[in-house]
Amino acid sequence: MEKQIHIEPVTRIEGHAKITVFLDDAGDVKDTQFHVTELRGFEKFCEGRTLWEMPGLTARICGICPVSHILASAKAADAILAVRIPKTAEMLRRMMNLGQYIQSHALSFFYLSAPDFLLGWDSDPALRNVVGLVQANPDLTRKGIRLRAFGQEVISRLGGKRVHPSWAVPGGVNAPLSKDDHQWFVENLPECKDTIRETLDLFKSSFDCEARGVLGEFSSMYMGLVAPGGKWEHYDGLIRIVDQDGSIVVDGHDPSRYYDIIQEASEPWTYLKFPHYVPMGYPGGMYRVGPLGRVNVCESFGTPEADAALEEFRATTSRCSGKVFDYHYTRLLEILASIERMELLLADERILDPHVRAEASINELEGVGIHEAPRGTLIHHYKVDENGIIEKANFIVSTGHNNLAMNMAVKQIAQKYIAKGNITEGILNRIEGGIRAYDPCLSCSVHAVGQMPIQVNIVDADGALQQTLTQE
Amino acid sequence: MDKITLTIDGQLLTASPGETLLTVATRNGIRIPTLCHLEGLTDVGACRLCIVEVIGQLVPACTTEAANEMVVKTRTEAIKKYRRQVLEMLFAEGNHVCSFCISNGGCELQDLACELEMHSVTVPYAYPRNRVDASHPWFLIDRDRCVLCGRCVRACGEVEGAHTWAFAERGHTARVITDLDVDWGDAESCTSCGKCVESCPTGAIALKGASNAEMRKDTDMVARLVERREHE
Ligand code: SF4
Ligand code: FES
Repeated sequence: MEKQIHIEPVTRIEGHAKITVFLDDAGDVKDTQFHVTELRGFEKFCEGRTLWEMPGLTARICGICPVSHILASAKAADAILAVRIPKTAEMLRRMMNLGQYIQSHALSFFYLSAPDFLLGWDSDPALRNVVGLVQANPDLTRKGIRLRAFGQEVISRLGGKRVHPSWAVPGGVNAPLSKDDHQWFVENLPECKDTIRETLDLFKSSFDCEARGVLGEFSSMYMGLVAPGGKWEHYDGLIRIVDQDGSIVVDGHDPSRYYDIIQEASEPWTYLKFPHYVPMGYPGGMYRVGPLGRVNVCESFGTPEADAALEEFRATTSRCSGKVFDYHYTRLLEILASIERMELLLADERILDPHVRAEASINELEGVGIHEAPRGTLIHHYKVDENGIIEKANFIVSTGHNNLAMNMAVKQIAQKYIAKGNITEGILNRIEGGIRAYDPCLSCSVHAVGQMPIQVNIVDADGALQQTLTQE
Repeated sequence: MDKITLTIDGQLLTASPGETLLTVATRNGIRIPTLCHLEGLTDVGACRLCIVEVIGQLVPACTTEAANEMVVKTRTEAIKKYRRQVLEMLFAEGNHVCSFCISNGGCELQDLACELEMHSVTVPYAYPRNRVDASHPWFLIDRDRCVLCGRCVRACGEVEGAHTWAFAERGHTARVITDLDVDWGDAESCTSCGKCVESCPTGAIALKGASNAEMRKDTDMVARLVERREHE
């Protein structure tokens, strides 16, 4: 008789999710589904609102990555105003995005994921969280927390408000950088650099191959923006897609015509759509985005230390890593790259220029804003009327791009660790870990950090609940 | 003319004939919350937030004239409760979402919610469906955020003399309109002076191009203009 195993909610990811494992008669995994059960209908809310409100309105999509939506939205609005924003405004927006990378990646690594691989997958669930991490390695954890705080402080100082800065606006940003804040950034960056160096060293020396394989490995394409010369890019650039060997599938694609190559499929069992690469269809056109995607598509970071670290990383894997676990590795690489990029921005005196906003009225009726959020490529696409009222909005969020891959990762892990209907907590946690590696942000109420109760329902083919496993 | 003496919150005060309770209270540092009142414009007593108690009766302070030996209370528990109820209904009647509003942090309605300690809205929301009119080249009106205070109507009529703004319909379908209910951009009487923008207490009438929390109103503008005219 077939059985269904539900794991809900997935702990330590942002938002609500549920996993169903379908067992066959023998108790082995037949299929899995990763459900996103929350629908917030944001695209609909935006209709009828004004273009100028969109950065602040869409910032409310998510409590974890408001900065990403603000930037994508402001870029889409720039396109509709048909302006080129002042150089300084671009530098400041970049600065904020890098701050967001640091805080988001540090959160993902130190608070949400490191407990698994630094404390062990099968360690006591009550301590497999940031609290346990503090006990096991107080010094590094404290530094990790400070690293995240630095990223938050960059956002807070630029935006004036930590979580929902109403600072990036159509045409630029609404306030220049103050000398005091500039100095504060310059003074605090070196500590961040030391922390990330130390973390990378520990990470390289401590991760074992079992851990690296534990979250699965499969081939897919990767997508990300790259700068000229194939350099790593986070704010602008053109779309590049590579295959599992790193060979280029698409290069130099104009991001404002993303829909030529990316379309979204939907399934009745989840609210999260499935973007895929059009020429290969659905679900064959699976690609991954985010830290691993960006690192796999780029040739180099373009800054010395990050490039040296990248070379070391690539020496341990193929040109394109397919290991889910390497999301964590590349997240650390990106923190290092972000810090180096910040150093460059701060060393350029133009960053203190007071001209930061271009004013214009509605000059185009359609605009696409695209950039690399920490979790991956984020797309905002608006259509407006003559007066700047939104007629249609479309968002493709980073987590969406990885939807196919997350489903694939879950299935692989389930197949490896569930046999004859036999499940243990450690195995369940690996499935969750497979999803957490993508640091998904599921539309996006903020879940408490730390261990939460998991409920596993084993349901037979007739829908009758056979067994419930809970973890407090 | 003879002076009037009255008591407000136990204080013995004097007033000139014709002065409203609001004027007397304000002059003596007694704070009474207001919304439809705007210095420089005729008071109409529309919002009822300034209610005070006179011999057991609730009356609006902005339109009630001071009288000899009047005993006025401005801050009893009952008054606070009624003001809060009025405010809750104003919130429930529109679509007031501070979090992405251009006037966030600079809105009289929001300030009142803080001042009157309105922690939640206990009446059901009406969720009206309104259309943002951004047809004017510089300004826009978002009726989701309108509290029907009529300050725009009075500023436009009394101070600018254009009479572009008016009320249409009654009850829950009441709304402010431009000219004979045409889009603002087509309202020929509008001189684009901007007095309605500065007078509007919320983010309802605003500058186009203002992003979230960027809109700040110069609500004293009308009073300054009126005062200068009186000195001419
Ligand atoms: S638009 Fe503003 S000023 Fe006019 S009635 Fe509405 S809230 Fe009052
Ligand atoms: S201020 Fe008196 S009724 Fe509105």
